[in-house]
Amino acid sequence: MVAEIGFGALIVAFVVSIYGIVAGIYGARRHAEPWLESGRRAMLLTWPLITLAVLCLVALLVGGHYEVQYVYNVTSSFMPLYLKVTALWGGQAGSLVFWSWLMAAFASAVTLRKWDRDREFLPWVIVVTLVTLAFFLGLVIFVENPFVRFWQMPDGRQAVAMFAPRGALPLVPMEGRGLNPLLRHPGMILHPPMLYLGFVSFVIPYAFGIAALVTGRTDDRWIRITRRWTLVAWLFLSLGLILGSRWAYDVLGWGGYWGWDPVEIAAFMPWLSGTAFLHSVMIQEKRGLFKRWNMILIILTYALVIFGTFLTRSGVLSSVHAFAQSAIGPLFFGFIAITFLGSLGLLLYRWNDLRSEGVMTSLLSREALFLLNNLLFMGVLVVCFWGVIYPLISEIITGQKVTVGPSYYERSTGPLFAALLLLMGIAPLSAWGHSTLKTLGRALWKPLVASVVIVVGLWVGGIRAWSALLAFWLVALVSLVTLYEYYRAVVARHRRTGENYLRALWNLAGRNRRRYGGYIIHLGVVLMALGIIGIELFQTETQGTVQPGGSLRLGNYTMLFQRLDVFDTQDGRNVARAVVSVFKGDRYVGELHPRRDFFYDSQQTMTIPGVRSTMEDDFYVLLVDWQSSAQGITFKVYHNPLVNWLWVGGLVFILGTLVAAWPDREAEPTRARATQSLAAQRVRP
Amino acid sequence: MSQPAVEIPRPGGNRAKFIVGGLLIVAAIVYLIASSTQASAQYFLTVEELRARADEVRGREARISGAVLGDTIQYDPQSLQLSFEIAHVPGDNKEIEVQGGLAAVLHAAVNDPTRPRIKVVYHGVKPDLLRHEAQAIVTGKLGEDGVFYAEELLLKCPTKYEEALPEQAGN
Repeated sequence: MVAEIGFGALIVAFVVSIYGIVAGIYGARRHAEPWLESGRRAMLLTWPLITLAVLCLVALLVGGHYEVQYVYNVTSSFMPLYLKVTALWGGQAGSLVFWSWLMAAFASAVTLRKWDRDREFLPWVIVVTLVTLAFFLGLVIFVENPFVRFWQMPDGRQAVAMFAPRGALPLVPMEGRGLNPLLRHPGMILHPPMLYLGFVSFVIPYAFGIAALVTGRTDDRWIRITRRWTLVAWLFLSLGLILGSRWAYDVLGWGGYWGWDPVEIAAFMPWLSGTAFLHSVMIQEKRGLFKRWNMILIILTYALVIFGTFLTRSGVLSSVHAFAQSAIGPLFFGFIAITFLGSLGLLLYRWNDLRSEGVMTSLLSREALFLLNNLLFMGVLVVCFWGVIYPLISEIITGQKVTVGPSYYERSTGPLFAALLLLMGIAPLSAWGHSTLKTLGRALWKPLVASVVIVVGLWVGGIRAWSALLAFWLVALVSLVTLYEYYRAVVARHRRTGENYLRALWNLAGRNRRRYGGYIIHLGVVLMALGIIGIELFQTETQGTVQPGGSLRLGNYTMLFQRLDVFDTQDGRNVARAVVSVFKGDRYVGELHPRRDFFYDSQQTMTIPGVRSTMEDDFYVLLVDWQSSAQGITFKVYHNPLVNWLWVGGLVFILGTLVAAWPDREAEPTRARATQSLAAQRVRP
Repeated sequence: MSQPAVEIPRPGGNRAKFIVGGLLIVAAIVYLIASSTQASAQYFLTVEELRARADEVRGREARISGAVLGDTIQYDPQSLQLSFEIAHVPGDNKEIEVQGGLAAVLHAAVNDPTRPRIKVVYHGVKPDLLRHEAQAIVTGKLGEDGVFYAEELLLKCPTKYEEALPEQAGN
């Protein structure tokens, strides 16, 4: 019964979306208010409908209704309640429902707020979001239905279907297969929803962009309206990526955080184009340049969002993340092709309306450096895209499948990331409109000198690898420039207003959130870079098999294997847990418990490292084997210097994004950007 | 990629500066991609193809996949020396589908003694998923001795993946 209600709600939501699309288009073309209003109501109705479907699915998951195939595949009676609920996105069909649910929620949020203000855009926003929603609902209903059940046919065969085939009896398995153990981790519980939220919220700026193209309102209004949406989308996408890395570090047990897996890249690509978009819209707002380029970026981001969902769902590329192969691949591909080509067609149609309003004059101006930033982000994107599709291309052209491994990505993105870091140090100091080496040099020389001093200090301290020195120099430069910018602005404000420094800082950030939030984000990136440099350039590892009382050495660290405990737990695991004492030099610094969990329901093991984590380094111990040898137990040990800065940097990064996206105190001024004189623009925002 | 260059209109010698600068960067990116692709390309081969083209592929990075034969697995935990044999499975997803899915293909591969096989040697910890009828995806090089020396070992167990029907069921 619950399954029927859920499935019914999905079908109604699908029909309502189709109706909303038709009503929206018709109403917008004919300027027919009642139709528009009706389309809007249809859109608002989708969310409660899909909510009902989600609740039904959750009820089935929590209730252990194993006759439903999806429930059978992703839950078992051993799993705690919260995992049963979050199993909603633990498999393919459920996560598509979840995607649709988020999409409907965001679409509703757009039309509930400021319906009157954005009147000319909203009909088309409704159409675009509902088309996206209808596509996903269609997938769920026709191809990947989470409500299908097992049936016992009269002739003894088993069948899977939504409704009972003639004469069939329900087939109820005694127990489910359980969620993949790798997914039973807090990071994995939060990571997919964050990523999906990021994906879904990028649909909103795209919808406004398309609406601007359709209606011909091609000034920067669509950008101003969606500025906060874009930041929110970006926030969630960033959070999703960071949480995913943390999960990999904690759970996958290879001592790393990022493996250049196709699916990781699939989530990374919309982030790249979205980041380029975030930067380049500022040029359009300030200078009226890059209008076409911004359209291209948001269209690209939307395509990459769908492509990302497609890659994780279709099994077209082999990856640890991919679910089983299914029929939805070609459908995704078709949808991407249609929306992408359609959007480009619209863009070409409005091409001449999107002419730049100004000229770029100086190579060192802020806008020129933003352009460079965009080129570099696009460069990283092309590197990623090429790497992902290279096997397919080479197979089509030469008939021979050739892949590229992580070394390809590291080699080609390394210089680009370094250049981006350098740019991050310089760009905030340059002025809009016009900058020269002289003005730039005046602002830059103090942080530059200080950063060189730091690098010399590191060299004296014994670091000789030039790549590390270069990386640390970049990190030092960007941090110093950013802090110096803060310092200068706070001192200036203190002098002008007489506020104390803290108050001045607070007001400063409050008055220009995007700018000062942006600087915090830059600081976060720098800290993350520090962690990445540490683990990429200085990671060491060793492995060995030891008896109780035996030890392994790695660098300055020694681990002493004490004993191994093997026991069963209440929630269906068999745990093998080693007790290991860690010494740094001769000093005892703590006890670690690397362990392996064997899950009876899914017959899988999971390796959980024991980690001693400090800001200086992580000592990361894996229990890799304890059964196959009488000679002892095999451990793998990693020393990951500075890696904690990656997570600290991630927090700072998210904090900065929150500052930038936080609503302004007063209502957002909707003034159009007047054609300011060049002289006026030289004053930084 | 060169799109922004189009957007810088009109007079003066500045335009040339921007275009030259942009082209330089684009060229640098293309060079990076091309050289890195060259340096880290891995051939994706089936066991059959690897056998057939052994001379051509020997010493180059390759990635092969096959079905693990359970009784050939040898592991010395002291030296972390692991070796096993894999049997040929089709590389094409469609072909796998036609033959009844990954589980069926793997099952058929290990039970067919006529299939081409190859010995894989790997230095490292034996993964849990390495068992009979698992799919091994190994990256490494074919040695002179006809043994495949793997640097990376990935395993997929078909039982891990969503299957249509439950194994044990009662009404």
